[in-house]
Amino acid sequence: MTDVSQSKTSPADIKKMSFEEALAELKTIVGRLEQGEGKLDEAIEAYDRGAKLKAHCESKLREAQEKIEKITMGPDGEPRTEPFEVA
Amino acid sequence: MNDLFTPPPSAPAASGTTERGNNAPALSVSEISNSIKRELETRFDRVRVRGEISGFKQAASGHMYMSLKDDNAVLSVICWRGVASKLSIRPQDGLEVIVTGRITSYPGRSNYQIVIESMELAGEGALLKLLEERKRMLAGEGLFAEERKHRIPFLPEVIGVVTSPTGAVIRDIMHRLSDRFPRRVLVWPVLVQGDGAAEQIARAIEGFNKLPLTGPVPRPDVLIVARGGGSLEDLWAFNEEVVVRAAANSAIPLISAVGHETDTTLIDFASDRRAPTPTAAAEMAVPVRADLIGENQEIGRRIYAGANRLLGERKMQLEALARGLPDPRRLIEEKTQRLDDRAERMRNAVRGYLRNQTAQLSEISARLPHPKQQILLASHQLDSLKERMTVSLGQILPKRQQEFDRLDAARRMQAATGLRLERSVTALQSLDRVLESVSYKNVLKRGFSVVRGDDGAVLAADQISDGMHLNIEFANDRSVAAVAGSDKGPLVPPGGASGKSGSKPKKKPGASGEAAQGSLL
Repeated sequence: MTDVSQSKTSPADIKKMSFEEALAELKTIVGRLEQGEGKLDEAIEAYDRGAKLKAHCESKLREAQEKIEKITMGPDGEPRTEPFEVA
Repeated sequence: MNDLFTPPPSAPAASGTTERGNNAPALSVSEISNSIKRELETRFDRVRVRGEISGFKQAASGHMYMSLKDDNAVLSVICWRGVASKLSIRPQDGLEVIVTGRITSYPGRSNYQIVIESMELAGEGALLKLLEERKRMLAGEGLFAEERKHRIPFLPEVIGVVTSPTGAVIRDIMHRLSDRFPRRVLVWPVLVQGDGAAEQIARAIEGFNKLPLTGPVPRPDVLIVARGGGSLEDLWAFNEEVVVRAAANSAIPLISAVGHETDTTLIDFASDRRAPTPTAAAEMAVPVRADLIGENQEIGRRIYAGANRLLGERKMQLEALARGLPDPRRLIEEKTQRLDDRAERMRNAVRGYLRNQTAQLSEISARLPHPKQQILLASHQLDSLKERMTVSLGQILPKRQQEFDRLDAARRMQAATGLRLERSVTALQSLDRVLESVSYKNVLKRGFSVVRGDDGAVLAADQISDGMHLNIEFANDRSVAAVAGSDKGPLVPPGGASGKSGSKPKKKPGASGEAAQGSLL
């Protein structure tokens, strides 16, 4: 339940989560809700956080644009990227 | 080659070899090729050859093609499908083997080759031996240890690929990535074979790792080091120490995909995961987006349903409990009603009880008799008893007298005595009659007589002697006679009769007995 209270104070933590982390926590919340146990207000908070996690996962899934670049070395020896076309 | 070929007598080439001249018949290419083929097949019908396998490939038909080589020569090898499936070892480039088979030629390409029937391992080839030693050394340093392995991220944002910018490999990877989950891909172009390839590959891996977390070029979340299939020599760059070390030291999770599934290079031991093909590496790098979207939707549905059900259940519980709460007013009303009812019943009960008791009392008192009545009743009873006693006494005496009279003792005693006397007389008379009936005197009446002596004893015939006095008794008379001597004979019968009549005289006392008896009466 600590993560639930965190969600109230810092919902920003979700934004930093990887898709996998968000999905794992979402599954935990769903499992808990489906068991129908716990206090009602906790359940509501869990639902709230679950909805945010789901939205986060969705946004991660949405940003699926393909982009391919090639590494090249600049004159300073630092790597740069330039568009790359697959032959 | 001349020393190899001893021209057979039947060969058409025989005449041509000894005598060179324009007249010599020219052989066609086919003739000489077939002749060579026959020659080869006869001469090298079954040979064993040792060498290192190179350029192995298996055609779609199942036949295997490869070369056996040593330092100076190469021999083409064919293994037909039927034999290929039964080989005890799987041919692999670099493998030192001994094959058994027959040499034949392929006239179409002026080639000779060996068609093998079996293959056995001859020992490690030089390269493999080197590889094995290097592998042992690097493993000894712990570069291949399980605990060094990183977990491949589930969904990387950026994927770094180290491979040739041309060719099928990068195409396969990009194709599979966009199929599954399009991602940002950074390609670090390198030579994958030949001089400098190993160094380029190692530098690319290190370069990706050196990228700052926040910089113009994003640092990849996962690396793929890939190359297409090739011979052991072709893939050798991925066995070089610099490459293996760079892969082992990569902080970014690294997937190796070098050659085909059967090819194993040292980078495969150092990488965090080994993919059998570049395509498979792309599959390991990203999940399938469509599946995830579906899963996320499903989870969204479940979380909504779960929360909904939770609320619904709570609501139902609340409603059920609310239904269970009774209306307090009704509660009091009901109690009041019950109280009134009870009070009413109590009053009724008291009245009823009194009534009941009164009734019982009057009933009992009605059954109680007055003392006067009791005394009267007792005196009546006493009178009646007295009367009955008097009556009884008056009745008892006559009754006893009557009973006594009824006994008639004197008369009955007399009668009983008389009767007994009478019976005795009758018995005596009947006995006397019997006695008379059997008396000898009755015999005398029929003419017999009794002869007695003087002493009165009845005589038998032989007791009679001359001169004896005989008293003869007849029925109604007695006479005395004397015996005048005679024949004894006629006298015998009276003697016999006297025997019988011996008891007769005794009759007389009997008769006198009768008289006595008569007097008794």
